[in-house]
Amino acid sequence: MNIVVCISSVPDTTAKINFTDNGSNFDANGVQFVINPYDEFGLTKAMMLKEVTGGKVTVITVGDATVEAVMRKSLAIGADAAVRINMNATDSYSTANEIANYLSNNPADIIITGRESIDYNGGAVGGILAEMMSLPFINACNGLELSGNTAKLTREIDGGKENITAELPFVIGGQKGLVLESELRIPNMRGIMQARSKPLEIIEPSSKEGLTSSVSFEKPVEKEACKLVDADNVAELVNLLQNEAKVI
Amino acid sequence: MSVLVYTESWDGKFRKSTFEAVSYASETAKLLGTDLVAVSLGEISNDELNKLGNYGASKVISASNIIKGDGQAATSVIAEQANDAKVIVFSNTYTAKMIAPRLSAKLKIGAISNVIEVATSTTPLIVKRKAFSSKAIEIVKVNSEKAIISIAPNSFGLIKTEGTLTIENSDTSEKGGITIKGQETASGKISISEAEIVVSGGRGLKGPENWGMIEELADLLVAATACSKPVSDIGWRPHSEHVGQTGKAVAADLYIAIGISGAIQHLAGVNSSKVMVAINTDPEAPFFKAADYGIVGDAFEVVPKLIEEIKKIR
Ligand SMILES: Cc1cc2nc3c(=O)[nH]c(=O)nc-3n(C[C@H](O)[C@H](O)[C@H](O)COP(=O)(O)OP(=O)(O)OC[C@H]3O[C@@H](n4cnc5c(N)ncnc54)[C@H](O)[C@@H]3O)c2cc1C
Repeated sequence: MNIVVCISSVPDTTAKINFTDNGSNFDANGVQFVINPYDEFGLTKAMMLKEVTGGKVTVITVGDATVEAVMRKSLAIGADAAVRINMNATDSYSTANEIANYLSNNPADIIITGRESIDYNGGAVGGILAEMMSLPFINACNGLELSGNTAKLTREIDGGKENITAELPFVIGGQKGLVLESELRIPNMRGIMQARSKPLEIIEPSSKEGLTSSVSFEKPVEKEACKLVDADNVAELVNLLQNEAKVI
Repeated sequence: MSVLVYTESWDGKFRKSTFEAVSYASETAKLLGTDLVAVSLGEISNDELNKLGNYGASKVISASNIIKGDGQAATSVIAEQANDAKVIVFSNTYTAKMIAPRLSAKLKIGAISNVIEVATSTTPLIVKRKAFSSKAIEIVKVNSEKAIISIAPNSFGLIKTEGTLTIENSDTSEKGGITIKGQETASGKISISEAEIVVSGGRGLKGPENWGMIEELADLLVAATACSKPVSDIGWRPHSEHVGQTGKAVAADLYIAIGISGAIQHLAGVNSSKVMVAINTDPEAPFFKAADYGIVGDAFEVVPKLIEEIKKIR
């Protein structure tokens, strides 16, 4: 079983989001980068599947050398190999295109992406990749059980879930539920040592063509100060919501 | 030239997010001086389809044999109708998140998700979208001649117009590589991403047995219920209620946070809401810095009073 997990290196969830050069670039100064939380569920699931079926887990990231810290962490958690495509990803299409290229030479049985990355929130790499490879795509996937070449999957839908079966290979957009929060793995000393000798292959991009480009960023408008209402005067809150904010 | 909009239905019914996508697409069609065509997938009545005319669609193509959860089939049917389309609009629902990216790859058209405003320019197409879990707004340009736009629910609103709608039935049948075995849905629940009001509870509520008052308040306000991440991780509430940076995004008119501290990851996912209320015993809770209205007090005393007061006006 060959499982490929697409990993995005994203600012830590507590990071302050700022921009430089008049809003044109993300300010990475002092920002700690982590494995995109949605991808971490996928990576853990890949490890668990491999432990049952045998095989190999490869993590792949499109990015410059700064993403290697997160790739090493994925290896320390237990991935067998890492591949970095040496390109600053500019949009979902160019990112997916590079991964599709790699996969056409290195076929996989299961391809796992996160439902979205918590930086650009595009939520499109998995779907684009699946279409490029003519594979099914199960998004917001929160359950995956494998027996032989057939998988039973569940995906989140508005107000519930949908049960699906699919034959390998396919692409999923993973999230919590694929594994539980408590099942996420923290790299131990042995894993960190082993990660140093695991292969991290660097591949040059085939084309850098993107279909969209970022023009600039703005910060949302600051809110006004909070109006505090006395706990003994709840009627006043209802009055404000009804007559001032006009939301009830 | 035309504008195409995917009009999603659930058990044969459109939702507010569908009409919002049609309203958005209709404004875009006006900008481009062209007509708006809708595509509907799955069984649906003509009465329901006719409602699309109230928001500006002039024609709808109804492909009743297609199951929307089959992303491959859905994509190829929408692609067949897209020849003439300059812009293709979706509401950013779970299903659209499977179809829009596929369509982008199939037709080699730039796709932008989480869009919050009508385009400021059409050649090239430039729009604003939410990024960094609503901590920033990104201005994005589409490099292809055509564009796919998925709008963030509750970001645009509804615009009613008058017009006539023609219904065209398509009997295409297609099937992709998955088999849908069925769905498990809780009926009567309001979806968090679409809800106008969301009542949300955190660890301050002490245990799952105390959610009765949260549900009562939500019922009174016709609101969806939500919770903080630890609350779903401990199993007090289902994962589907987890909101925030790593859960569902909320963009309600009113978000009421009860016993939630207001951690940065929580706020990131909910601060697109227009009005936020915090109820918390701790005056230093970070939520008070983000909220519009707040009560420093014990949820177990404040919420029952709030229920009583709302009953008086409902
Ligand atoms: C990678 C990562 C991702 C995360 N993503 C998310 C996310 O998506 N969503 C999310 O919610 N969290 C997320 N978190 C967790 C987040 O950091 C906080 O831990 C979490 O939001 C806290 O939940 P809480 O406010 O319910 O609990 P607490 O922080 O424990 O706060 C409980 C609050 O209740 C108040 N309280 C206590 N008793 C009462 C009472 N009787 N009446 C009224 N108030 C009372 C307390 O004063 C306190 O402010 C994430 C964390 C990490 C590391």
